[in-house]
Amino acid sequence: MGLIRTFIHGDWKTRVSYVVMGVGSMARGQWLRGLMFLGFQVVFWLYMWLFGVDYLLALRTLGTAETTRVDRVTVYGDNSFLILLYGVLTVFFIAAYLYTWYLNIRQNRVSQELLACGGRLKTAREDVHSLLDEQFHKTLLALPVLGVTLFTILPIIFMVLVAFTNYDHAHQPPGKLFTWVGGENFARMLAGGESPVSFTITSQTEEVTTLTITARNGDAFAVATGDHAGARSAAALTRGGDADFAITQQEDAWRIEVVSSGGQAGFTASGVTAVHTPSYAGTFRQVLVWTLIWAVFATFLNYFLGMLMAILINKKGVRLKKMWRTLLVTTIAVPQFVSLLYVSKLFAADGLINGLLMDWGWIAQPLPFWTDPLWARVTIILINVWIGVPYVMLIATGILINIPADLYEAARIDGASALQAYTHITLPYMLFITGPYLLTSFTGNINNFNVIFLLSQGKPLSLDMAGNAGATDLLITWLYKMTVTDGNYRLAAVIGVMVFVVCAAVNLAVYNLIPSVRREEDFQS
Amino acid sequence: MRRKLANAGAHLALTLLCLVWLAPFALLVLQSFRGESGGQVAYAIPKEWTLENYRFLLRDESGFLRWYANTLTIALFCAAIQTVLVLSVAYAFSRLRFRGRRLMMNMVLVLGMFPGFLTMIVLYYLLKLLGLTQSGAVPGLILIYTASSGLGYYIAKGFFDTIPRALDESARIDGANRFQVFWRIIMPLAKPIVIYTVLMAFMAPWGDYVFASYVAFGDPQGYNVAVGLYRWVNTTDYQGYFTRFCAGGVLVALPVTALFMALQRYYVEGVTGGAVKG
Repeated sequence: MGLIRTFIHGDWKTRVSYVVMGVGSMARGQWLRGLMFLGFQVVFWLYMWLFGVDYLLALRTLGTAETTRVDRVTVYGDNSFLILLYGVLTVFFIAAYLYTWYLNIRQNRVSQELLACGGRLKTAREDVHSLLDEQFHKTLLALPVLGVTLFTILPIIFMVLVAFTNYDHAHQPPGKLFTWVGGENFARMLAGGESPVSFTITSQTEEVTTLTITARNGDAFAVATGDHAGARSAAALTRGGDADFAITQQEDAWRIEVVSSGGQAGFTASGVTAVHTPSYAGTFRQVLVWTLIWAVFATFLNYFLGMLMAILINKKGVRLKKMWRTLLVTTIAVPQFVSLLYVSKLFAADGLINGLLMDWGWIAQPLPFWTDPLWARVTIILINVWIGVPYVMLIATGILINIPADLYEAARIDGASALQAYTHITLPYMLFITGPYLLTSFTGNINNFNVIFLLSQGKPLSLDMAGNAGATDLLITWLYKMTVTDGNYRLAAVIGVMVFVVCAAVNLAVYNLIPSVRREEDFQS
Repeated sequence: MRRKLANAGAHLALTLLCLVWLAPFALLVLQSFRGESGGQVAYAIPKEWTLENYRFLLRDESGFLRWYANTLTIALFCAAIQTVLVLSVAYAFSRLRFRGRRLMMNMVLVLGMFPGFLTMIVLYYLLKLLGLTQSGAVPGLILIYTASSGLGYYIAKGFFDTIPRALDESARIDGANRFQVFWRIIMPLAKPIVIYTVLMAFMAPWGDYVFASYVAFGDPQGYNVAVGLYRWVNTTDYQGYFTRFCAGGVLVALPVTALFMALQRYYVEGVTGGAVKG
């Protein structure tokens, strides 16, 4: 509305600026501002004319021309990846253009009003100087904002969009195209029941036709039958994607019936073997549960043990406080890939710990630190105590010193025991002050890639889990495997979005439940 | 009497804790001097002492010196660039007031909830477009480590928040502009946080495996120490490389730890201040 009013009340300089940016500024003598507006407009339209419009249009399909080979020469078609990337970039550019256009109008209005009241506009020289004074924040933030936009925001938006495409190793540009598939990936990862039933004929001889039947939940069966016609029509019916099927056991065979909108068919099969394929949905739930268990232990176990360590060192009568602290803190400095890789080897079947225990005759077999799921999980949590406790100790020390000593004095006079003093003074004080730290630490642990990856790489692997996931995999390490090992970018993107949802939910809940976090987040002193 | 007993108990506990915490490092150092070949052994003290593992690292065939130089280059550049970016953002959010400030801070909070590796393939493609992958991994890694580093402004902002506002105001009354306040008044007071930021920026690249291995994409010329040494322990020939890995680990840990110890005071200050502030 304001834009229309400005146009109606504007002089010709303002009105022309609606079409050609910067004219108003130049006509009023602010040539530097005017040139920058005009320059941006020229660059924008040039870009849109040369590439932008094409990318925007291609964004609808993400490319249609397949890469083909003609006479042993590869003819490259559309590259879905680049279309999506440049498409998003173009949308960014358009948003920036609209905002600049709005600034240009606002500037005209302000200048016009100022001149009407007999004011004076800034010269180009003053404009430049203001970048070190009232506009200093622009100078400081220009580079960081550019970096974050290009290297964080753009990639995140890109990957969130990938979660709605079929971009995986079978649709890998530049050789293959990928395209939009809507919520299919989310359905597969969360509900699991959404992949359509399919019957695929895998081999056919004179006597036997073999098929692979994939059920809705992803389980697969291999089936053999002599009824060629029945098998073929069943396979044809499932192509529509809306088929359902039933297997019933008869005396020495199985009867398989298919129903779909196209009709129904059936055949009798002799051999049915289940090919076990765990679903992504089931795996996702298992990994999510372990991720949350891990985050709780990694955060709170470390927190309480770190606090105990700090209290122990702070205890009256302990000498050389600084030395103990320094010794323990040194462990933070060693790069994690050195310490974690070495410790992971220490606990291996042929590692020093198993070796010593066997030499001493305490055990006959190596302990399954990395091969048994439960052992591996407990080992990881304990090693993480070793990694994380000195850090908490450091933070806790600083806070403990600040608790007023007369509080303890008063408690002692009232006859409180050491334990009571701890639960009624130390603990509430610590929790209040470190609320924000606990929150960031919890979110950090959900995304704690290094500890898991360098210790166990997610192993032991399990046949009950899809996508190469293992018993100690967190969502983030699973995401990494899907990206690097499997090229399953569509599901990796879904996991990424889910991690965000989990973190956001935890943060929101804590913000609403614990007021101290909200207040502390307000930073300003 | 009871108090003496309690103190003795506390000292005993602390000694045990320190032993547990430092033992793995002691073992790492011992193994790096081990002369017997093979992977891990069931004893801590080497039967035969040697410097051969270290000599191997210094020879060209190992590639270690190249990786070390790569990592050092990355770390030095990151320390310089990242410090400038982090302090700029922290200062702007802490001591300047402008439209969109709150909005931007909230956006940083939201961006921080996305897992970092989600965007790995996009970053890889962006670097590839610029020709900064594989053997060009070093400038490529500097770019992606530093480009978004402004997001980690919390601790520095917490520090700037504690400097009294009256300082700015009196300087402004004396005619200083905002840049002069920043450069002449605040920065001289900010030495602890500058050192803390440099230290953090310098130490981080030594430990990064994921991005470094993805960007180097199997080209040993572009490895950093983490990628190179990780491959030594996770190759099929891990038996032959285990003691060399230990020696490499010691060479990596030594300078970083020494620097950390020297600047520990600033680290403690930054961490404790930052945790309380959020």
